[in-house]
Amino acid sequence: MQQSSQSVKEITLQGLWGNNAALVQLLGLCPLLAVSNSALNALGLGLATILVLLGSNGMVSLCRHHLTPAIRLPVFVLIIATFTTCAELLLRAFAIELYQALGIFIPLIVTNCTILGRAESFASKNSLLPSLLDGLMTGLGFAAVLLVLGLLRELAGTGLIFANMDRLFPFAGSWTMEVFSNYTPFLLAILPPGAFFFMGCLIALKNILDKHFALPEAESETPETGSQRVRVTG
Amino acid sequence: MLLVLIACIPGIAAMSWFFGAGVLLNILWLMLCALAIEAAILIIRKKPVLQSLGDFSALVTALLLALSMPPASPWWLGLIGIFFAIAVAKHLYGGLGYNPFNPAMVGYAVLLIAYPLEMTRWLLPENVNGILPELMTLIKQFLGNIPETMDAFVGATALDQFKLDRGGLTIAEYWQGNPLFGSLSGAGWEWVNAGFLLGGLYMLYRKIITWHIPAAMLGTMAIMALFFYDGGSSASHGSPLFHLFGGAAMLGAFFIATDPVSGPATNKAKVLYGILIGMLIYSIRVWGAYPDGVAFAVLLGNFAAPAIDYFLRQQKQEDDTSHVE
Repeated sequence: MQQSSQSVKEITLQGLWGNNAALVQLLGLCPLLAVSNSALNALGLGLATILVLLGSNGMVSLCRHHLTPAIRLPVFVLIIATFTTCAELLLRAFAIELYQALGIFIPLIVTNCTILGRAESFASKNSLLPSLLDGLMTGLGFAAVLLVLGLLRELAGTGLIFANMDRLFPFAGSWTMEVFSNYTPFLLAILPPGAFFFMGCLIALKNILDKHFALPEAESETPETGSQRVRVTG
Repeated sequence: MLLVLIACIPGIAAMSWFFGAGVLLNILWLMLCALAIEAAILIIRKKPVLQSLGDFSALVTALLLALSMPPASPWWLGLIGIFFAIAVAKHLYGGLGYNPFNPAMVGYAVLLIAYPLEMTRWLLPENVNGILPELMTLIKQFLGNIPETMDAFVGATALDQFKLDRGGLTIAEYWQGNPLFGSLSGAGWEWVNAGFLLGGLYMLYRKIITWHIPAAMLGTMAIMALFFYDGGSSASHGSPLFHLFGGAAMLGAFFIATDPVSGPATNKAKVLYGILIGMLIYSIRVWGAYPDGVAFAVLLGNFAAPAIDYFLRQQKQEDDTSHVE
């Protein structure tokens, strides 16, 4: 597979939209659904995931020539675990309240299939710079979905957005916006079922947009294996 | 479907008598919303509108949901509930005939989980004077303007109080201290349930439903209640009659659980389905966190229905092959 010839534009588009980790590949659903109950939590986990993806993709790309197929998966997991621990320690040092709110989902970044998937399918076959770009774009795509989901659920569930953002950025204390005043909270949105409802709506929206903007010529040349839905857990 | 609506009339009448015109207000508003949402979605889906509206299924869903909600609920509460019932539970799954879950109960479950406070604000029967208590108050409440004094007039249903704060009284003492709660299942509720029982029997007579689900469900509830009934001590869970004529038992047995789309197909499976729902209702009422469990029991039953059908069919095939008759 000659993936190393992918252009910058293609990597960016695939990571952000065409092959979006959350909306198309449906990877990393466990943290996505569990943590997206507010913009703060979503952004926190999104940033941590970007950091881990960048680090692991870069590192995997650097040592790709020294790995035999037999040991590659354990090594990938070790690398990912290392960067996850870094992210965890960083959050603990600079945003302890957010760290406590995210709880188990920070260490669980290790099991996020997106990261292992990128290491296996991209970083282990490409040189450093494209791998870093791929990690950044995949991470941004994942974090963007996480943030949108978090905003929607927070808005429906509390009537506010960007509440308590100072837990992540010290200067963001005044970001809280009361969108609806005198709002009766739609509690379901913050509870787990709400995550599924909103996620389903987002995927449907993406499919509608894709259909709407699909170029007639693009349909003829779509041997995209990546845009197929895969059923995974994690 | 029209006959189902007609069969609800005795129950609606009893409910309006005890809980006031708010019940009718709910029904009217939800039916309007249901028709509008159904029509809008049918247009979006490019399906024939009038033909589908004419089968009254949206109206039945609206009626069942309206009867499960506290009388004179705020307008937005009903709108959200019926939206989840018609748009999400029915049309997103493919429309009438394809929905795996009972739409009205999905709407109810969504509302109960999302708005626990609003969904338990039942007017106490003692504060309702006949069928038309101050109409203006009702309409104000419907418009979302809940009066300050409201909390004084509302309270939990009998099932609720029975479970949470009986204050260590035996059942006989409890009924004595609360004469307004009637003698079986709380004032009003026994008559409401009797009304739905009457409607259910009418549907049986007209062969709209079969006896399997209601009989299995009510029978299971009665047997379980009898088994765990200890004669009415302070820790008693209530007599079988209390459970059969309390809460939404009859409405659930005849009108909700018998939904042909979300239930199983064969008669044997229907009996099993009814038993499952009956057990779940009694368990949720007695050991669960909610005072009544018809909605959750029916939804869990819906989950199980395809499996019940599947395994019974498999068993039948095995029986057929093992001994040829």
